[in-house]
Amino acid sequence: MMQLDVLDKNLIVKIKCDIDHHVTDKIKEKIERKLELLNLKNIIFDFERVDFMDSSGIGMLIGRYKFVDKIGGKIYVINLNPNLKPIIEMSGLKKIINFDCDLESVLKSQRKSKAE
Amino acid sequence: MKNKINIVMQSKSENESFARIVVAAFIAPLNPTVEELNDIKTAVSEAVTNSIIHAYQEKTGKIILTCEIFERRVKIIIKDYGLGIENIKKAMEPLYTSRPDMERSGLGFTVMQSFMSKVIVKSKKNFGTKVIMIKNLA
Repeated sequence: MMQLDVLDKNLIVKIKCDIDHHVTDKIKEKIERKLELLNLKNIIFDFERVDFMDSSGIGMLIGRYKFVDKIGGKIYVINLNPNLKPIIEMSGLKKIINFDCDLESVLKSQRKSKAE
Repeated sequence: MKNKINIVMQSKSENESFARIVVAAFIAPLNPTVEELNDIKTAVSEAVTNSIIHAYQEKTGKIILTCEIFERRVKIIIKDYGLGIENIKKAMEPLYTSRPDMERSGLGFTVMQSFMSKVIVKSKKNFGTKVIMIKNLA
């Protein structure tokens, strides 16, 4: 269903299934446990293998945003499938989550801001 | 082309994906575009999820899915016998959710309305809810 990795203090969450109400609670629990265990604050969602997402996924992303925002973290979504664009557009999530990035650009901008 | 299916399923979250996949397969002969198919799948998922979470509050109940095609028109009905909606107008407001405890976005009806050509909601408290959605394919 999902794979969790850590890279440069980012939790990389690679989801490999449709995102609907059936899976959102499990995704949420696994992410929060891992963030707390490893003391991480940024999440990079890799949506390459997500062909479908409904508003339960929007709720899950907003929830994770609120969670990391409190501790000064950020959320990124990479490899967004075109199928998901209409629901992302209508949700207004683009105001708080960066969807137009790839892994390289995220890591690069983080290293740059760290060096400054 | 004219065709119709009726499916009775239990209000289990596994059936959210089942419902949208069944509808997608049923309307495949109409050759919908990828966008149309995705719009319909998303709307079905929203309606079925509402029945599971709100109508039956995660208890087991019966959900009836009807899908009817007539020429280029797809009509989908999702019916449950759950709690019902007291104030349909309020329930359909964007970002409104009766379950703020559950990390819901409150966008379910908004998604149905923006992804389908027409959405009608009929509900009676303690009797159930019927969501009728129509999509006219290009």
